[in-house]
Amino acid sequence: MSVRVVLHSPSGSRSFLERGLLLLVMLIFLEGTALTLGAASSPDISAQDNTGGHEHLDDHQGIAGSNDRTNYTYTKKAFPVLSLDYHHIQVPFEISLWVLLASLMKLGFHLIPRLSSIVPESCLLIVVGLLVGGLIKLAGEEVPPVLDSNLFFLCLLPPIILDAGYFLPIRPFMENIGTILMFAVVGTLWNAFFVGGLLYAVCQIEGTYLSQVELLPCLLFGSIISAVDPVAVLAVFEEIHINELLHILVFGESLLNDAVTVVLYHLFEEYSGAGEVTPMDVVLGVICFLIVSLGGIAVGAIYGILAAFTSRFTSHTRVIEPLFMFVYSYMAYLSAEMFHLSGIMALIACGAVMRPYVEANISHKSHTTVKYFLKMWSSVSETLIFIFLGVATVAGPHAWNWTFVSVTVILCLVSRVIGVVGLTFIINKFRIVKLTTKDQFIVAYGGLRGAIAFSLGYLLDKDLFPMRTMFLTAIITEIFFTVFVQGMTIKPLVDLLAVKKKQEAKRSINEEIHTQFLDHLLTGIEDICGHYGHHHWKDKLNRFNKKYIKKCLIAGERYKEPQLIAFYHKMEFKQAIELVESGGGVKLPSAVPSQVSMQNIQPKKLPPPVAERALPQFTKGREEEIRKILRSNLQKTRQRLRSYNRHTLVADPFEDGWNDFLLKKQRLIELEKKMTEMSNYLTVPGAIPDSPTMCRARLASDPNAFYNIKASSDGVPTIQVDLASPQSPDSVNMLNEFSKEGATGQSLGQREGATGLGQREGADRDEDQGLMMKPAGKGEKGEGGNKNPGLMRCLSDPGPSNEDEEDEPFLP
Amino acid sequence: MGASQSAGTEHEFQDLADRTGFSLEQIGNINKRFRQLSNNEETLSREDLASIPALDNNPIRAQIINAFFDKRNLHQNETGTVQEIGFEEFLMVMTHFRPAAMGITEEERENLRRDKLRFLFNMHDTDSDGTINLEEYRRVVEELLSKAGTIGQETAKAIADAAMLEVASTTRGKMEPDEFYEGITFENFLQILNTFDIETRMHVRFLHMDTATLRCGKSK
Repeated sequence: MSVRVVLHSPSGSRSFLERGLLLLVMLIFLEGTALTLGAASSPDISAQDNTGGHEHLDDHQGIAGSNDRTNYTYTKKAFPVLSLDYHHIQVPFEISLWVLLASLMKLGFHLIPRLSSIVPESCLLIVVGLLVGGLIKLAGEEVPPVLDSNLFFLCLLPPIILDAGYFLPIRPFMENIGTILMFAVVGTLWNAFFVGGLLYAVCQIEGTYLSQVELLPCLLFGSIISAVDPVAVLAVFEEIHINELLHILVFGESLLNDAVTVVLYHLFEEYSGAGEVTPMDVVLGVICFLIVSLGGIAVGAIYGILAAFTSRFTSHTRVIEPLFMFVYSYMAYLSAEMFHLSGIMALIACGAVMRPYVEANISHKSHTTVKYFLKMWSSVSETLIFIFLGVATVAGPHAWNWTFVSVTVILCLVSRVIGVVGLTFIINKFRIVKLTTKDQFIVAYGGLRGAIAFSLGYLLDKDLFPMRTMFLTAIITEIFFTVFVQGMTIKPLVDLLAVKKKQEAKRSINEEIHTQFLDHLLTGIEDICGHYGHHHWKDKLNRFNKKYIKKCLIAGERYKEPQLIAFYHKMEFKQAIELVESGGGVKLPSAVPSQVSMQNIQPKKLPPPVAERALPQFTKGREEEIRKILRSNLQKTRQRLRSYNRHTLVADPFEDGWNDFLLKKQRLIELEKKMTEMSNYLTVPGAIPDSPTMCRARLASDPNAFYNIKASSDGVPTIQVDLASPQSPDSVNMLNEFSKEGATGQSLGQREGATGLGQREGADRDEDQGLMMKPAGKGEKGEGGNKNPGLMRCLSDPGPSNEDEEDEPFLP
Repeated sequence: MGASQSAGTEHEFQDLADRTGFSLEQIGNINKRFRQLSNNEETLSREDLASIPALDNNPIRAQIINAFFDKRNLHQNETGTVQEIGFEEFLMVMTHFRPAAMGITEEERENLRRDKLRFLFNMHDTDSDGTINLEEYRRVVEELLSKAGTIGQETAKAIADAAMLEVASTTRGKMEPDEFYEGITFENFLQILNTFDIETRMHVRFLHMDTATLRCGKSK
C-alpha cells in the first residue's frame, strides 16, 4: 500500500513539470518561427517598396508624421490613449496575412477528405489565388504585383530548391546522371529551338497579325517556356508516388535545366538588342553554358564545404547550428546569382555536399530542426507561389491572341514528346535498365511548366519586347494547361498504365547490409574482370572521401564510422525515440520489432529457460509494476534540465550524447533479459553500472542487480551510486539516519519529509543537479534507499536477498 | 595447327555463348582477362584471384574469391568447393552479373531475381546447409565492416543481431520466448529482400555489352 503511494506521487508532479517544460519549448519554437518568417520575408519589403506599389503610402505616412509633430509642439492636445496607425505595420502585416492565408489553405485542403485525392493541391491553390485576386479587384483596389521577379527569385524559390537539394536521393541521382543530363541539356535546347523556331514560322503566316514578332524574341520565348519547372513537378509528383527512377528523371531534369535556361535567356535577351548573331556568339554561348553550370556547382560546393567545416565546431552552441546551414546555402544561392551563374545548381550542390558531413556533426535535435524548417519553408513557399500565380493572372494586363496561345500549347506538347522519344532512343543504347514506353510517356507527360517561366517572362523589358504582355499571357496559359490538364490527369493515367509505384517500405537493416554488400561485390567483380566501370570509380571516391575529406569535416571520432554503422545507429536511435515517445517501456526495446526477442535467434548455448522447473512466475500485475518503475526511470533522463541557458535548449543525454542514451537503452535490454531470468532464478551478474540513471532503474526494479552493485562497491557509500551527483557527507548522514528510520518502520509521511529535507540540502550544494532534479530525486531516493525492501515485500519475491542485508551498507 | 585451334576456340565460344547468353565479343574479352589472371594456364586458382591488387581494399574479398570456387554457383547440384576452375566455370560465375534484358516477361524477371539472390545467399551460407544462421550472418557483417577498425568489430555483432531479429519478425511474426529461429532460409531471404531491386542493381557492365545477343541467349 505504502509503496503504491510513493510510486505514484513522483509521477504526478513529474507530469506537471513536463507540461511546463512542453509549454516553454513550444513558446521558444513559436518565437523562432515568427522571427524567421519575418526574416525570410524581410527582403520582400524592400522588393515591394522598390516596385513603387507603396510609394504613395509612404508619402502619406511621412506627411501624417510631420503633422503629428507640429501638433505636438504647437497645440497641446489630450494625450492619445489609443491610436490607430495601420501604415506603420502595413507591409509586414500584409506579408503575414499572405503567409497565413497560404498556410490556412494548405490546412484546409487536407481537412476536406477526398478532395486532395482528386485535384492536385497546386490546382486548388491557383484557384484560390484567382479568387483572392478577383476579390481584391472587386474591392476596387489595385492588385499588388505579388509575383514580382525579385520576390520570387530571392525569397520564394530558394527554400524549395534547398529542400530539394538537401533531400536529393544522391544514389539514384548519380546512377542516372547521364540520362538526366541528356534530358536537361539536350532536351531543353531542343524544346527551346523547336518551339521558338516553329512559333516564328507560324507568326510569319499572313492573317495572324503577328508578323511584327521577330525570330530572336520567339527563341527567347521558346527558351522561357521550354524548361520543366521543379516547383510544379515536385507538387504533382509528390502526390502520385511514382517509382524512384521516373521521379528522379523528371525531377532531376527540372533542376538541372536551370543552367540551360539561364544561358539561353541571357543570350537571347542580349542578342535581341544587338540584332545579329555570329558563329562566334554561339561558341561563346556554349562556353557560357559550361561556366554557368560548372561555376554554379563550384560555388555551391564551396559553400557546402564551408558549412560542413563550420558545423565541426558548433558543439557548444547547438541552437544556432541550423542557422549556419540555412545562411550558407542562401549565400551560395546569392553568390551564384551575383555572377549570373545558375543559382539553382549552386543550391543543389550546396545541399547535397554539406548534408553527409553536417548530419554527422550536428546534434540530433538540430537535424530535426533543419528538416522541419526546410519542409516548412518549402511548403509555404510552394503554396504562396501557386496562390500568387493565380493572383498575378487576375492582376496582369493580358493580350490574348488565339493563334499564338494555342500554337504555343500544341508546340510545347509536340516538342516534349518528340524530344523525350528521340532522346530515349539514344539513351537506351547506353542504359542497362532501359526506359520502357510507359516510362517515356510519364517523363514526357510530367514535363510541367511553372512559376519560374512566369517570373522570367515578367523580367522582360517592356521597351525591348513590345509583345511582353502577349508572351506573359501565353506563358500563363501554358502553365495552367500543364498544371491543370496534365497535373490532374497524370494520376489516373499512372494508375491506368500500371506504372510501377514507389514502395513505401521503410528501409530495413537487411536491405542496408545488402546494399553495402552488393557495392563491394560489384566492385570486386569489376576488378576481377579487369574492367574499371563506375563501381570501381565510386569505390575509389568513397575511400578518398573517408580517408581525407571526412577527417577534415567531421568532428570527433565519428568520421571513422562506416555507413552501415551510421545507419544502424540512426535506426536504433529512432526506435529509442519512438519507444520513449509512445509512453515507452510497456514493450521494452528489442532492437527491431518487438514481437521477437533476442533469445529467439540466439543459438542455445545455455540451457534454455526450462518450463518444467515450475518456478513462480511474475503475475501480470507485478510485471506491470516493474515496467512502470522502469518507465519512470527512463523518463527521468529526459527531464533532467540544467538551468536555463540561451545556448542550449535542453541539456540532457538526448541532446548531445545520444550514444550515452543508446548505452542506457542497451542496459535496459539487459535489464529486460534479467527480468525474465529473474523469474527463473537465473541470476546473471550485471556489469558495474556507471550511469546513475541505470543504477536507479536497477535499484528500483531489480533487487538482484542491487545486490551486485553492493558487492562491487564495497566500502563506498552506496548512496553515491544511487544519486546523479556526488553528495556531501552531510546529506549522506541525513540519509543514513532516515534509512535507519526506514528500517525501524516509521510512518510514510515522516520518511517523505526526511527525504525532501535531505534532498534540498543536497541540491543547494549541487549546482549541476538543477531544478528539475528535486522531485525526481525525492522519488528515486525513496525507491533506491529504503523503499527497496518495500518493493521486495510487495513483490513477495523469495529472492536471495533479505531486508537486513539490504540495509547493511547504509550503516556507518 | 594454329588455325585449327583458333577454329576450335571459336566453336567453343559459340557453344558457350549459346549457353550463357554472353556475346562472342564479351566472351572474348572475359577469356582474355582469364588468361591474364591465370598466367595463360587452363585453370585459375585462388592465389591467382587473390593477387589482383585492386581487390586488396575490398572488405569482402575472401567471400568474393570463395564464390568463384563454390560448386553451387557453377550450376552443378552439388555442394563443396573446388580448388581450380576453368574458363567455363569462370564464365558461369560471371553470368550471375548479367543485366536484365529489355522486355523480358515477369516470369523471366522473377527467375533472374531468384538466380541473383541465390548467388548472394550462397555467399552468406558458408556451410551449405540451406540456412544462414546467426553465426554466419554475423560473419558477413563482420567482413563487411572489417575495414572499419575496432568500431566495426564491436558494432558488427549488434547489427547482425538486429538484422536477424528483423528477419525473424518479418518472416515468423510473433514468436514465443521458447521458440527458436534457426536461420534464414532461401525463402525468407527472398521475402526480406522483397523491395530490393536486385534485378536492376546486381549487374556489371561487361565491355561492349550487346543486349540483342543476350536476349536471344535468354529466350532460347
